[in-house]
Amino acid sequence: MARDKGSSVDRRNFLKTAAAGSMATLVASPTPVSARWPVPRRTMTPLMSKQAETDNPAAADVLTTDRPGSDFMIDVIKSLGIEYICANPGSSFRGLQESVVNYGGNKSPELITCCHEESAVGMAHGYAKIEGKPLGVFAHSTVGLQHAAMAIFNAYCDRVPVYLVLGNTIDATQRRPGVEWDHSVEDAAAMVRDYIKWDDLPISLTHFAESAVRAYKIAMTPPSMPVLLVADAELQENPMGENAGLRIPKLTLPSPPQGDSGAVAEVARLLTAAENPVIIVDRTARTAAGVTLLVELAEALQAPVVDLAARMNFPTRHPLNHSDRGHELIAEADVILGLSVTDFWGAVHSFRDQLQRSSHSITSAGAKLISITAGDLYMKGNYQDSQRYTEVDLAIAADAEATLPSLIAAIKRLITGDRRTVLQRRGQQLAADRQELLDQARTAATYGWDASPVSTARLSAELWAQIKDKDWSLVSDVAPGMSNWPLRLWAFEQHYQFIGGAGGYGVGYGAPAAIGAALANRKYGRLSVNIQCDGDLMYAPGVLWTAAHHRIPILNVMHNNRAYHQEVMHLQRMGNRHNRGVTRAGIGTTITEPNIDFAKLAQSMGMHAEGPIADPKDLGPAIQRAITVVEGGDPALIDVVTQPR
Amino acid sequence: MSLSGLRLYPLSVLFAGALIVFAGALASAQNVKSVPKAIGSPTGDAESGRRIYSSRGCYECHGGEGQGSILTGPRVGPDPIPFPGFVRYLRQPAGQMPPYTSKIISDAELADIHAFLKSLPRPRSAKSVPLLND
Repeated sequence: MARDKGSSVDRRNFLKTAAAGSMATLVASPTPVSARWPVPRRTMTPLMSKQAETDNPAAADVLTTDRPGSDFMIDVIKSLGIEYICANPGSSFRGLQESVVNYGGNKSPELITCCHEESAVGMAHGYAKIEGKPLGVFAHSTVGLQHAAMAIFNAYCDRVPVYLVLGNTIDATQRRPGVEWDHSVEDAAAMVRDYIKWDDLPISLTHFAESAVRAYKIAMTPPSMPVLLVADAELQENPMGENAGLRIPKLTLPSPPQGDSGAVAEVARLLTAAENPVIIVDRTARTAAGVTLLVELAEALQAPVVDLAARMNFPTRHPLNHSDRGHELIAEADVILGLSVTDFWGAVHSFRDQLQRSSHSITSAGAKLISITAGDLYMKGNYQDSQRYTEVDLAIAADAEATLPSLIAAIKRLITGDRRTVLQRRGQQLAADRQELLDQARTAATYGWDASPVSTARLSAELWAQIKDKDWSLVSDVAPGMSNWPLRLWAFEQHYQFIGGAGGYGVGYGAPAAIGAALANRKYGRLSVNIQCDGDLMYAPGVLWTAAHHRIPILNVMHNNRAYHQEVMHLQRMGNRHNRGVTRAGIGTTITEPNIDFAKLAQSMGMHAEGPIADPKDLGPAIQRAITVVEGGDPALIDVVTQPR
Repeated sequence: MSLSGLRLYPLSVLFAGALIVFAGALASAQNVKSVPKAIGSPTGDAESGRRIYSSRGCYECHGGEGQGSILTGPRVGPDPIPFPGFVRYLRQPAGQMPPYTSKIISDAELADIHAFLKSLPRPRSAKSVPLLND
């Protein structure tokens, strides 16, 4: 920052050279104000002048430091094991950014250049779903956080940790005139506080270290959510001092909360005795162990699992995966166990969106409802992602995955020889039913098989044929756009093979989350596959450049139905409800005239791309060519013109 | 409409926007009190029906070939339910489907759509499609 020599108080120099001596003067003698406080001279030296450029600087005017506070901040962030920082550059965190790339060697964390803060947070969201830990995001004070807000909301609703560090200049007297005032804010976190878990504004480096470690701990403790630290620009840029006595606190992650042992025993009793139990899973498996535990639970009970698929919870071709007939099973069930189900009410009710909205329970009389969810441990009121209140018979406020070992053990203790025989018979019937569901899905896929635009079933089948023998990971959602075809046709087995949806249904999540997940998959050599909706990509397509620039290998296959199709259907509903018909439902909802050439868009950002492909016969060879590129370490995109759903 | 067979997604996702015509739904529709008088099975124009099926947005939920979607609306061709039940359900749907009153689509147009749905080709068996056998 350029300053007029001798004309005003520079806080850094004032503190360093004058404070102690001046204080005695202030207290002891009645000197004039002009002697106590430096007063600006009337004649200001121009910022750029020959004199200013050639004169010897004043001895006290220290212009450099080898030990900025931001170096220590980066050491703290390194200690947390954060691999990457996603950021669109902003001056309020210029100190931190310089420390990442120079002092930190741009390694663990490495800076990932993003073209929009929403993309940066979206990438962090996808990364965390694969890696199980947060990725850092630097955001620029007011405007950067405003851009990031929707993506933060998605991560909050999806219970995913994101580690946000926000630049800001707290001390008004240190702000550069002009832009820095617009990019400073009194309470920066206020605009997102409703949908983050915790925030702090450290005012010293020691404070920063403690809050940074605390923030990580809070973000990672279920229910996980984004956290935000404000990094004051002065704290970043000022020297940390020779003997600052700084240290990095030890991080100890808490064990996730497990269910009360008495309540768990009662759940085990109800489930073991049930004739038609159903297990509903949603945001359940936080880790790979969660998938294994859910399989063990279902097999112990020989009970069907209905997967609402906010995560990869349960192998899709397992004989006990009956997600395709969830409604029917829930209606027949005598005990319904919901494990981290976000919308339990919606799972056990039918809701009709006609002129008179109506709903009714679909459960059988006397059916027992049990919930185990960390959602009961944390709730905010303003944003209504809590969904409707569910009347359950037994509620355990705990992390479902952490509670599964004790629940499984309790169930196994209760299953006697006779009961085991009954359960095995139930399992045999369920296995036969599951095979029938798969056959039905395959038959359903044949309708419209050769259609142009390409059917979503055909697209899914063509993709599956090319990836099934590889170590693949689907880094996108499958509903609603893809009509769940991948979950119906593909054999998902590993936790990293599916990441679920946005959480808050905020469009614009898909592309950055997929690329963030692919970034996490890169070091494992996995083939990341993203089925990418057109409307979603158009929010911030610059993330394609980020993938190309950082060589993040990912196969993007466009589900290009040339519309915000969900909204087309909403307009149809309104048009019909108001007796005006549907012929104008495309106004304001479709993305045509002109059609977007996504292949050219991707090519312009340095990515291999083909398309548009509307004939299904052309799809398989194009996918093969793109996979060759991706396996070489680069991203690729295929634009497929598709059926709406 | 029975949601049987659908995955349990929020209503905003499970949106049925156009024609939902299938056996379960028909059973519900037949219980509706105020339904139009029974209509015979007129001979519709399949080619005209294809155009109407597209322009009135039927394909938005049921697909361009009537193949349906597990989330938005079931398959409607090539074997639609008989025409009288077809009309009854569209006029007074029991489930999520938006109602298509006679103000916005005539019986004659529905007959054309019905003819189009009947004309759709029957697909090959899944077992004969290599991509659907792994």
